[in-house]
Amino acid sequence: MTQLLLSLLALSALGGVLAFFLEVADSYLGFYGECQIRINQGEKELQVSGGGTLLSSLMDQGIFIPSACGGRGSCGYCKVKVMEGAGPVLPTETPYLEPDEVKANVRLSCQIKVRRDMEIEIPPELFLIKEFRARVEGMRNLTDDIREVRLRLIEPDTLTFKPGQYIQFQVPEYEQCPESVYRAYSIASPAHEPTGITLVITKVPEGLATTFIHEVLREGDEVSLNGPYGEFYLRDSAREIFFVAGGSGLAPVMSMLYQMAEEEISRKATLVFGARYKKGLFYVEEIEALKGRLPDLKVIFTLSSPQEEDRWDGEKGRVTDVLEKIIRNGANKEAYLCGSPGMVEACVAVLTKKGIPQELIFYDKFV
Amino acid sequence: MEQGLSAPVIFFAAIFTNNILLTNFLGMCSFLAISREVKASLGLGFAVIFVMTCTSALNYLVYYHLLVPLGLEHFRYIVFIIVIAAFVQLVEMVIERSSPILYVILGIFLPLITVNCAILGVALFMIIRNYTFFQSVAYGAGGGIGWTLAIVAMGGIRQKMKGAKVPKPLEGPGITLIIAGLMALAFMGFSGMIQIQ
Repeated sequence: MTQLLLSLLALSALGGVLAFFLEVADSYLGFYGECQIRINQGEKELQVSGGGTLLSSLMDQGIFIPSACGGRGSCGYCKVKVMEGAGPVLPTETPYLEPDEVKANVRLSCQIKVRRDMEIEIPPELFLIKEFRARVEGMRNLTDDIREVRLRLIEPDTLTFKPGQYIQFQVPEYEQCPESVYRAYSIASPAHEPTGITLVITKVPEGLATTFIHEVLREGDEVSLNGPYGEFYLRDSAREIFFVAGGSGLAPVMSMLYQMAEEEISRKATLVFGARYKKGLFYVEEIEALKGRLPDLKVIFTLSSPQEEDRWDGEKGRVTDVLEKIIRNGANKEAYLCGSPGMVEACVAVLTKKGIPQELIFYDKFV
Repeated sequence: MEQGLSAPVIFFAAIFTNNILLTNFLGMCSFLAISREVKASLGLGFAVIFVMTCTSALNYLVYYHLLVPLGLEHFRYIVFIIVIAAFVQLVEMVIERSSPILYVILGIFLPLITVNCAILGVALFMIIRNYTFFQSVAYGAGGGIGWTLAIVAMGGIRQKMKGAKVPKPLEGPGITLIIAGLMALAFMGFSGMIQIQ
């Protein structure tokens, strides 16, 4: 017994001494003092305490660089131009950087540490990305597994975004989710009502975030989100537009349609909205109302497996079948796709076959 | 303590006749992974020399002044590993702070030293062979230099071979292992000089 205690004690003491020693070394070696980060040639200057990663230092100061993996160096989204003060490119960055990006001083902000004064360049729209607190104003089920969540912003009280962009919703810790996570959802509401946003969320079986939203979240609850993010927004041109949406992928498209109605953009446009059966279609009334405001908008609902009771006499088949049928040639057309990765890939294949160039096909994939 | 060989002899033997890499085949994974260029292998080699020398001294002190008096010799594996891990962590912090270039070269491989069996091997051999403190340090330093010698030689050979046509099935680790075998044969030539068991 004494032997057991003795060995336990000796081993823990040894571990403790080593840990203490490392801790002391870390506080001495890891201390870099105050460092200055100059952004976009002095447009903004930040004082941060050195030692942390560039990504987290910027986040602490309220500048949110898009990052899907949360700084683990596995998504490659948090690219930032670092003109000065980053040191050589690290082996953990090289898999995510193209040779011309390396030449242009592009770095992964989650991998480099702030050790001295730095000079960086970031796209100015990232300054718009903020952390928001919001209250759940209302929720309703649009279909059996798709729920609409309306949020009223508290602080800051307005969110400026381009229709089609998404936000990251913070799922707090709850029973099935030991630590808080972020999930991206597109904004479905119009951009000209910036004090509230609407999200459309499909329930994923066992999904941490969707289970929270469908089962735990209640009206009146307070939530956190940050944004806006994304390159999925309406491009300015005179080309004919094809919107293709599957399920909750309709959300960003709704926001774009509201924008067209509000700004009286009278481009020829077609919306193809696909679901499995009639019950899976939603926002039908809203779309009908939009049709009244947008005379050049054509709407096609398509069901891939309509049920008996649907008495469906509209389009049958997948969205790709509809695209195949309605587009004769792709000249002077552009497309906006949002839905499951499978749907998006299949649509891209059909659209490029029809002659719409890759760079005029814009999409958001839901995973 | 029973060992009759003096510290300098052990030092010399650990480099040439009892090269830990080429006679005991310890520390092979980083040997195969980081021997593509002389520069990187040299960097890793210096890190190993430093860590091996210091940890053999540390482990000697821990073993004879903590484990033996308390009768805890059977914990030596876990204790040695903890000591080595803590020390490598410290080295990593120092390198990260002082030499970004070296940090980039060693990069993600530095933590590999933690599980470099050559370093644990040195610590265990010095116990088995009943070395004194100075013999242990000499053995650690010699072992590190020997390991570095082998990996730098391999780095040089592989660098020279870059343009060479290697049969497809032997590319990469295959040819490297064959080269390592030939190097080991060459090092056996030294074995007539001294022997440590």
